[in-house]
Amino acid sequence: MPKIQIPTPLRQYAGKEPAVEVKAATVGEALYGLVARHPELRRHLYTDDGKLRAFVNVYLNDEDVRYLQKEATAVKETDSISIVPSIAGGSAQR
Amino acid sequence: MLKIGKPAYEQVRRHGEETYPHECCGVLLGQMDGDSRAVTSIARCGNTRSDSPQNRYNIDPRELVRIQREGRVRGEDIVGFYHSHPDHPARWSQTDLAEAHWIGCSYVITSVEKGKAVLTNSFELAGTDENDKKFVDEKIDVT
Repeated sequence: MPKIQIPTPLRQYAGKEPAVEVKAATVGEALYGLVARHPELRRHLYTDDGKLRAFVNVYLNDEDVRYLQKEATAVKETDSISIVPSIAGGSAQR
Repeated sequence: MLKIGKPAYEQVRRHGEETYPHECCGVLLGQMDGDSRAVTSIARCGNTRSDSPQNRYNIDPRELVRIQREGRVRGEDIVGFYHSHPDHPARWSQTDLAEAHWIGCSYVITSVEKGKAVLTNSFELAGTDENDKKFVDEKIDVT
């Protein structure tokens, strides 16, 4: 089954597991399966209207799914899906 | 608390001097240990903010995916991040807070004045979600 890599801050909402295997044919199904199993993750990954939060990057192996077919991107049994919140900032005031 | 060995601590500070007057950035790897984080290695990253590298930084998520994968092999997790503030205090900015999303991780900032690393401070991103997140000063234990 495809394996979803959970970033350290979100593991407390995913049974403290570093990775979760989910039966899925697409990236969207995998994320849906993850959230169904660990409902507390939902608010950290999705906005109230059900869209992935802008700072949540989802990678299929080494590719950003935004540049593939987004959540409709097909996944294989051996694929690794990574949830990667963005890292940015700087001394500039907003 | 952030526990870090002297060599890794110095690497973080040297990185800020090398990229001056631009901000440097990188990842701290190691183990989460209750309320503290123990760093066992660091990974330098490129700053993708070529439009404003003197006061902004961004790490390519693809680089993070690779660093996370390589860390797993060594039994290390991502426990924090570092960046520099060229000619600016080693305090978090509103930009740093708004763009910080790894709750429970350490964010280390080094002030670099005229090319020389001065102060290095660490802040834990505390809270439970985007609505109540805040930076909390934390001690750096350099061993």
